[in-house]
Amino acid sequence: MRGSSPPGKSSGATIVTVGRLPRIPLPALAVLCLVLVTTALALVFFVVPNDADQGFSQRIFYFHVSIAITAYACFAAGAWQALRHLWKRDPRADLAGYVAVHQGVIFGVLVLLTGSIWAKISWGHWWLWSEDQLVLFLVLFLFYCAYFMLRFSVEPGPQRANMSAVYALFGVVLIPVSFAAIRLAKGLIHPVVFTRHGPNFGGWILVTYCVAQAAMLVLAYTLYRVELAGKQLDARLRAVREVLA
Amino acid sequence: MRYARDVGALARKDLLLELRARDTLPAMLLFVVATFVVFHFSLPAHPSRLAASGLLWVAILFTALMGLGRAFVPEREQRVLDGLVLAPCDRSAIWLAKSLATLAFLVAAEVVALPVFALFFRPLSGHAVLGVALADVGICAVGTFLGAMAVMTRARELLLPLLFLPLAIPIVVGGVGAGAAASPGRYLGFLALYDALFAVICWASFEFVVAE
Repeated sequence: MRGSSPPGKSSGATIVTVGRLPRIPLPALAVLCLVLVTTALALVFFVVPNDADQGFSQRIFYFHVSIAITAYACFAAGAWQALRHLWKRDPRADLAGYVAVHQGVIFGVLVLLTGSIWAKISWGHWWLWSEDQLVLFLVLFLFYCAYFMLRFSVEPGPQRANMSAVYALFGVVLIPVSFAAIRLAKGLIHPVVFTRHGPNFGGWILVTYCVAQAAMLVLAYTLYRVELAGKQLDARLRAVREVLA
Repeated sequence: MRYARDVGALARKDLLLELRARDTLPAMLLFVVATFVVFHFSLPAHPSRLAASGLLWVAILFTALMGLGRAFVPEREQRVLDGLVLAPCDRSAIWLAKSLATLAFLVAAEVVALPVFALFFRPLSGHAVLGVALADVGICAVGTFLGAMAVMTRARELLLPLLFLPLAIPIVVGGVGAGAAASPGRYLGFLALYDALFAVICWASFEFVVAE
């Protein structure tokens, strides 16, 4: 087992392995995030025209869809880190993967909430089994909650890292498989905004959507960096304590 | 060849253990029949085809969970897993052999359960039986893998259903579709795809679960 030794066994190595921080400084990221989210909110509420069909309530689309895509991005990042852990034995990948999945679950819960609100306003029900995306996120929510149960039920160490990584990889396979299953199980009655010929809109709507999407991605990345920095600090502190003890 | 021999030896060990101790299979059989009786009293008198198909799948899934929960218990109690990991064989052979043994138990339970289901509720079509057979492969492949994970955690058997059920949802969709839809071919194809996909992932990544 190269590199990823548990903090309890060789604390010197842990201090070295958790030392590196990624490039963009966190304060700059936070400012960028604030600007983007504010711009997205301004565009969504004041610039973009009302939807001809659904009126004002359709504006939740800009957040609902961009949050969903951000959640997928987080799960994909988690799986990528899992792959790096299993393949390259990168000692930082385990914690990074866990944090990415954690952010994914937070954004996944937001998808369920915004989706429920949209469904209530558009169709009069808080929950619709015919909504493919909502059902998929419910399945993913259950799956990734089990990921946390698994992770916190194993002692920290190489085996926990391996098991978490393998389970996270199962997740990215489960996403398309579940999506296919849900499509098989139900006919589609959801309004399709993105078709095979590209997005079915233009002008301000497209601009607003892109800004909202960028805002959510940067928000997720900022939160990821904050959480990762905290967790790394925690690990270093523990390592230092063990050296002193 | 050597790989097949290892798998054969490991699977034979599980089947022999079961033959001598009779821990798992009688429990699975009793459980599945008891579940049908409970369903009879919790459903309206003549359930529709879809409802009956649904309850068959709930019964199969929970019966399988029962067998899967037991799968790695002997290894844990006798600390066999450490020995198996140290043995000079490919680690994925441990998973494959255990999957085959669990598959044998599940099929044996279903050989009784499906006729009982037909007797109590409604007869099953050939497509439905084929769907059950295909789903069994997926259930045992994924379930055994997760069972090995769960047995190494503090929560043990408690964790297995939590890990397994989200991954089993596509199996249920395929299985119910194969038994109840007008064109079951798509659903059977989907089940076969699921089996192949997850079997390959489990086979490739089992080593990471048991070895450090």
